[in-house]
Amino acid sequence: MEDSPRANADWTQIIKSKRSWFQVNLNDLWSYRDLVFLFVKRDFVSQYKQTLLGPFWHIVQPIATTFLFTVVFGIIAKIPTEGPSGLFYLSGLVLWNFFSGNILTTASTFVTNASIFGKVYFPRLVVPIATIISGSIRLAIQFGLFLLFLSYYLIRGTGGVHLTIYAAFLPLLILILSLLSLGFGLLVSSVTTKYRDLSILLGVGLQLMMYLTPVIYPVAIWKNFGWIMKMNPLTPVIEMFRYGMMGVGAPHPEGLLYSIVFSIVVLVAGVLLFNRVEQNFIDTI
Amino acid sequence: MSSPVIQVEGVGKYYRLGVINSGTFKEDMRLFWQRISGREKSDWTENGMEPRSGTVCALDNISFEVNQGDVLGIVGRNGAGKSTLLKILSKVTSPSKGEIRIKGRIASLLEVGTGFHPELTGRENIFLNGAILGMNKKEIRSKLDQIVDFSGVHKYIDTPVKRYSSGMYIRLAFAVAANLESEILVVDEVLAVGDAEFQEKCLNKMKDVSGQGRTVLFVSHNIQAVRNLCTRAIYLEHGELRKTGKVDEILADYLGLRKDHVPQKVWDSNWPSNGQFRIISLEIVYDKLKELGQINLSEEFAVDITFENLSPGSRLGFSLVISDQDGVCVFGSLSNTDSFLSRAKIETGIYKSRVHIPDNFFNDKMYSVSLICFSSNWTDSFVVENALRFKMFDDGVLKADYNGGYGGVVRPKLLWETQKMKS
Repeated sequence: MEDSPRANADWTQIIKSKRSWFQVNLNDLWSYRDLVFLFVKRDFVSQYKQTLLGPFWHIVQPIATTFLFTVVFGIIAKIPTEGPSGLFYLSGLVLWNFFSGNILTTASTFVTNASIFGKVYFPRLVVPIATIISGSIRLAIQFGLFLLFLSYYLIRGTGGVHLTIYAAFLPLLILILSLLSLGFGLLVSSVTTKYRDLSILLGVGLQLMMYLTPVIYPVAIWKNFGWIMKMNPLTPVIEMFRYGMMGVGAPHPEGLLYSIVFSIVVLVAGVLLFNRVEQNFIDTI
Repeated sequence: MSSPVIQVEGVGKYYRLGVINSGTFKEDMRLFWQRISGREKSDWTENGMEPRSGTVCALDNISFEVNQGDVLGIVGRNGAGKSTLLKILSKVTSPSKGEIRIKGRIASLLEVGTGFHPELTGRENIFLNGAILGMNKKEIRSKLDQIVDFSGVHKYIDTPVKRYSSGMYIRLAFAVAANLESEILVVDEVLAVGDAEFQEKCLNKMKDVSGQGRTVLFVSHNIQAVRNLCTRAIYLEHGELRKTGKVDEILADYLGLRKDHVPQKVWDSNWPSNGQFRIISLEIVYDKLKELGQINLSEEFAVDITFENLSPGSRLGFSLVISDQDGVCVFGSLSNTDSFLSRAKIETGIYKSRVHIPDNFFNDKMYSVSLICFSSNWTDSFVVENALRFKMFDDGVLKADYNGGYGGVVRPKLLWETQKMKS
């Protein structure tokens, strides 16, 4: 029959019991791009309403932590760093904060937005993407702080600090960190819809991971066990950042390639699992 | 031309019962292992999931169609699956089996003000809420004036909504939703909030929407609203589709008021009872009932209650409740004016009480009779719900040269007097 309802081709949407793993509706996501930026704006505005310093509170944490690291690891424990220790800690912290902050916020996507998700449909990926963009704003502010300290060393010419051509990799480095944290965050958030254990584990995991990342000390400090740190996809990113901006350490382009592949694999896995979970999560949350 | 814009086919939804803990994790692992090892067939079939033990069926095998421009009411008691159906239609959750085909953009209003942030101003929230509901910035900007006008919070539009009164908040939220441009609108009990004036405004807005040829799906417990707004309706019961059809038929069904008379009800077993006494029969007493099939509203009739007292010396009483076709109670009459019943202590045996209903009282509508029965004290009361139904007709005597109908649930004959006061 030609006019049977099944044959009618102009249905714009078909809701089925189960969609396949690889059916990710990116068109849908694109049509909601305005919502992404409204969420970013909401996060930004709501966070600083009724504060005097507003977003400048973001520079307090890295300054305090850098000071703490300098005292504990630099002065007391005397762990060597590459280049001026303060600048070394700050450069690691700025990138690490971006990465861990993104994961922590993205990981709770389903749990914190359950009330909205339960009432109206929009592509759920909008929320984690907005989270990453919000994180980038914080990164920009903290990076500004880093530049301030960096220019002090550059102008004074002390500590052997100098820019290299590898500084041009900066946008790529940030992209890798964004994709990697988004991917990890999506994986965790998908699993935590049913079992909340992972979100608790995440805090511990991130803490441990920081010590496998050259935030406080260079890879060289681990001597023969340096390969453990090199397994960490963040290591080449941070090393490249330091080499580019401060001219310390050594660049590892092949390590960076590893990070890129790693982050793409994690992101794809994250998006697929997230996409799978989003259709029914409201029944289990 | 009306063509289907929504087709629901064999939709079912199952929920897992109980809490999620290590037990469910073990179960998940077992199922996962079965699936990958292929040793046992999993419970996922080609058509979706089949219910397994430990699940509850919220919707089962629902199929219906909605045509362009229809305003479809979805009625059913609590737990009938109305909200689940709307959630599936608005893609908040997906069905366990079956398929839904939709033509056009669908906007769902399961709640007003979804995503409103208290720290943001009214204007910022309009944009945010509009975008959540599926509008883009350009559309919202072009509708901004309309939305602000409708909400009536002009003066406060740049104030954070946390300083709004709850009424202002809801008005603003509904204003955004009301100005959505989608071909299909799904609305759930939105009218349960706000004052009477606001509810009226919402209803009118929804009427406008349907007047523009857009399709509306509407869930409400407000029978009047459903009757006023909807053209068709579906009736859900225990997750199953009882009936689809014209709104009047469905509502009559839902309210237990079929068009047919039930002039008499006799129990031979399963008597309604509380152990102290039991109801044997209820009956409408009207001498022309056989002949006319309905009751002339300008004549008297009565309701007979036959009951058997089982425990000697008990006190018992009734309340006769009459409701109209919308389930609105017209009156309840207590038996405490009955000199026999109000006297304490009745011997065992069978009794008959007669309630006399005056002439010129009811309107020409359908009514149903319920009986609340109690003995000794109120705590052991029981209810015989919608046991009888009767239809009144107007012989036109009271109308004289007036040709129209009377509004209202009753149509009493009142005494009118006019005197000349001054010439």
